Amino acid sequence: MEIAEVKAASPVKEKKTRSMKVGKRIERISTYALLVILSTVFIFPFLWLIGTSLKPENEAMTFPPTLIPKVWDFANYKDVFTLVSFGKYYLNSIIVSFFVVLGTVLSSTIVAYGFARIKGKGRNFWFVILLGTMMLPPQVTMIPVYMIFSKLGWINTFLPLIVPSFFGSAYFIFLLRQFFKTIPKELEESAYLDGCGTFGIFWRIVLPLSVPSVITVALLSFMWTWNDFLYPLIYLNDDAKYTLALGILQFKGALLIEWGPMMAASVLIILPLIILFFVGQKYFVQGIATTGGKG
Amino acid sequence: MQQQGARENILHGIDSGTETISGKPVSLTKTKTAEKHITLAVNKTAGKPVSKLNRFKSKSFRENLIGYGFISPWLIGFFLLTAGPLLFSLVVSFSDYNITSEMTFTGLDNYKKMFTADDLFWTSLWNTVYFVLFSVPMTTAGAIFIAVLLNSKIKGMKIFRTIYYLPAVLSGVAVYFLWMQLLSPGTGLVNLVLSWVGIEGPAWLFDPNWTKPALIFMKLWSVGGGMLLYLASLQGVSTTLYEAADLDGANIFQKFFHITLPMITPIIFFDIITSTIGAFQIFQEAYVMSKDGDGGPAHSLLFYNLHMWNNAFEVFDMGYASAMAWVLFIIIMILTIFNLKFGKRWVHYEGGDNK
Repeated sequence: MEIAEVKAASPVKEKKTRSMKVGKRIERISTYALLVILSTVFIFPFLWLIGTSLKPENEAMTFPPTLIPKVWDFANYKDVFTLVSFGKYYLNSIIVSFFVVLGTVLSSTIVAYGFARIKGKGRNFWFVILLGTMMLPPQVTMIPVYMIFSKLGWINTFLPLIVPSFFGSAYFIFLLRQFFKTIPKELEESAYLDGCGTFGIFWRIVLPLSVPSVITVALLSFMWTWNDFLYPLIYLNDDAKYTLALGILQFKGALLIEWGPMMAASVLIILPLIILFFVGQKYFVQGIATTGGKG
Repeated sequence: MQQQGARENILHGIDSGTETISGKPVSLTKTKTAEKHITLAVNKTAGKPVSKLNRFKSKSFRENLIGYGFISPWLIGFFLLTAGPLLFSLVVSFSDYNITSEMTFTGLDNYKKMFTADDLFWTSLWNTVYFVLFSVPMTTAGAIFIAVLLNSKIKGMKIFRTIYYLPAVLSGVAVYFLWMQLLSPGTGLVNLVLSWVGIEGPAWLFDPNWTKPALIFMKLWSVGGGMLLYLASLQGVSTTLYEAADLDGANIFQKFFHITLPMITPIIFFDIITSTIGAFQIFQEAYVMSKDGDGGPAHSLLFYNLHMWNNAFEVFDMGYASAMAWVLFIIIMILTIFNLKFGKRWVHYEGGDNK
């Protein structure tokens, strides 16, 4: 060190860069260490979930708990379908999610195009109102909306869960509008010159160009519907109509919880979400980057 | 669906209507005099021929109509499912409506009962405020922390990002039961890990003092959504700022507090507003993790919305529940306005003057 200092043309500077390099390395190593430790914390509950779902009942309750089951036992997965009508709940969730996604995509794209492209008096006024509704806690309108659907005789049907999605969702309208604004206007203008009507431009030019955003909307609205608990809880009271979020409560008896089957049911509920997540991860990232919403 | 189809027909009708209108001048041009008239008229008004393109760009009644046609699904939904119900719930809040009865107006009785006679109202409000006060800053800080770690040009960033984001995606009823098991005082994993480092874990969901912290920890596990939001904005921060700081010999903390943090304040601001609104609405976690919504031991998990839900859908006192909804609405509005006003002081907008 000392010799180097004497020999170097500008010793102070060299020392500085060297200590910087060491500092960088420490920074890097500690970053990795933190990330790995935190990852373990984040991933562990899932491993535990899968482990418990494969444990026979007596092993699930032992202390200290085992992470990897000593005996692999698929009985819990069988019990999921025999203890409660889990297959029925699964089907119900699929039906509701399908129609909600359909309704959300159809209406939100049309409305978002209206807000993005069509000049008109009062458009900005309504757009501010739309943003305002995102701040409104849904509990404020929940009771009157329940009364409306109850007057219509829709309680205990899927209609109260599905129909509102056909009026567009403020969050997705906002997301799609942001995206539509990035589409070059020239494309639409030339389509107009070729004799395309406004709806034609939307349908043949804008929508095909917006496939990634539309997929983002479809994925996010599927996830939210699949996980939705409050609205099924309010509107569905017949066991045969339950969605998965309500159905899983059936494993919670009056006194004890059937942990094994419940964990197996949890695995089955989150399975489609995990698959969709890995297939469409980039769409989630895009959705968050465009709107600033957390998804 | 039917409505959807009908609207499309209307739109097509509008389109075909214009075709006939624009068809007219074409037939006129057959006579030479008419052609001259048109070109003259065009020259007078616009100075150059009005092309189809200009008409496309111009504002017109027709365009207004189409615009409203496009946003009509949302407009109808807004009036039927948001604005109408919003006003109606205000009316109901001054009555004793219980779905089966006639609506009798009782003036401010519901509000009086809330503030003077219902102890559980204050319990639920306190529980909610406690949750908001801890969960919002902790999840915000946690999300920023992980995002900053991930933003330091490390290998395998995408894998880490996936791991951290996954819990946020899966967070639903299925995951709450998983956490009930993890937090089980006797056989749970959390207390096992704590025992390794010599800490005797609390009874979590069975101890009124620990139920809310348990829920806050569970929420921290799903910070991934916020993390992605911050990561997206961090990647927009110019690297030259960091390079300059490196040359000045700034350490990692100085860089964080003097570059990173100021640059992402607009996102923090936005995130705090939305997550405060969201945290005030906490409901399903408490409903699922306490026995069918009774609010857990000593009502320690009786959050505002849970209390409201019990009044509305267990007791069917819609009048009282609506009054509670409006009080929540007003609290959230005041907080949002406060945030918006106060935010100007600490939010840094790049390129704009700050004050």
